[in-house]
Amino acid sequence: MNARMVSGLVAGLIFGLGLIISGMADPAKVLNFLDVFGSWDPSLAFVMGAAVIVTSAGYRMAFMSPKPMFDDAFHVPLAKAVDMPLLGGAALFGLGWGLAGFCPGPALTSLALAADGTLVFVPAMVIGLWAARFTPKV
Amino acid sequence: MTEFTPLASSLGGALIGAAAVLLMATNGRIAGISGIAARVLPPYEDRETAARVAFIAGLVLAPLLYMAAGGAVVQTVSTNFPLLVIAGLLVGFGSAYGGGCTSGHGVCGLSRLSKRSLVATAVFMGVAFVTVLITRYAL
Repeated sequence: MNARMVSGLVAGLIFGLGLIISGMADPAKVLNFLDVFGSWDPSLAFVMGAAVIVTSAGYRMAFMSPKPMFDDAFHVPLAKAVDMPLLGGAALFGLGWGLAGFCPGPALTSLALAADGTLVFVPAMVIGLWAARFTPKV
Repeated sequence: MTEFTPLASSLGGALIGAAAVLLMATNGRIAGISGIAARVLPPYEDRETAARVAFIAGLVLAPLLYMAAGGAVVQTVSTNFPLLVIAGLLVGFGSAYGGGCTSGHGVCGLSRLSKRSLVATAVFMGVAFVTVLITRYAL
């Protein structure tokens, strides 16, 4: 294991713990967040809010360095255009998220909990993730 | 009904942010789960695969560590398997094709003040709101 793998593992662990502690790993909580007119549970607004505040401040500090600790440069997306793949992809993702209450992080962190639904959802999601890499961006 | 948990949710969100900052400060990478997971599979276009696999391993091990420390994970997952297959395909394809999900666009992108991420987040949140509205009240 090299330093990049250790930092990846630790970041994944902290990320997963955050998903669990925040309640985001519970699809019922996610669906209730999305159900503004019914059993609304605003908790996820606090997850997103806190995550964005910490990331904004932390990124500012990280970007003060000329480069990351274990790489030659920061790899940030360079695309600027709001195009059809962005809009169409986001719409399809939102539809699936609203149907199941799972987005990619919580679905993967739920694997070891081995709910039947998770074990059905994740393989389908992985096929979708993979298929997108071979689909031309129109 | 699920319980409103502003404190736990803020703490969890802060941890998600800390993980995103750590990954950027060390490996110089966006903590976007859809992008990381999609690139764990071939074809391999860079030398980042091992670090991506390690990140996913951490994500998967997190609940086991949490439970070993005495925590309890509460979860209600649908048992409508055909629906879960369709939803899984949509979530996977849509997030990878759209260049990000709740983490890559929603957390990292918004934190970088990316216009693309702001638009994508508004679209997937909006569509998800409408989807829940329709499935819970119209069908």
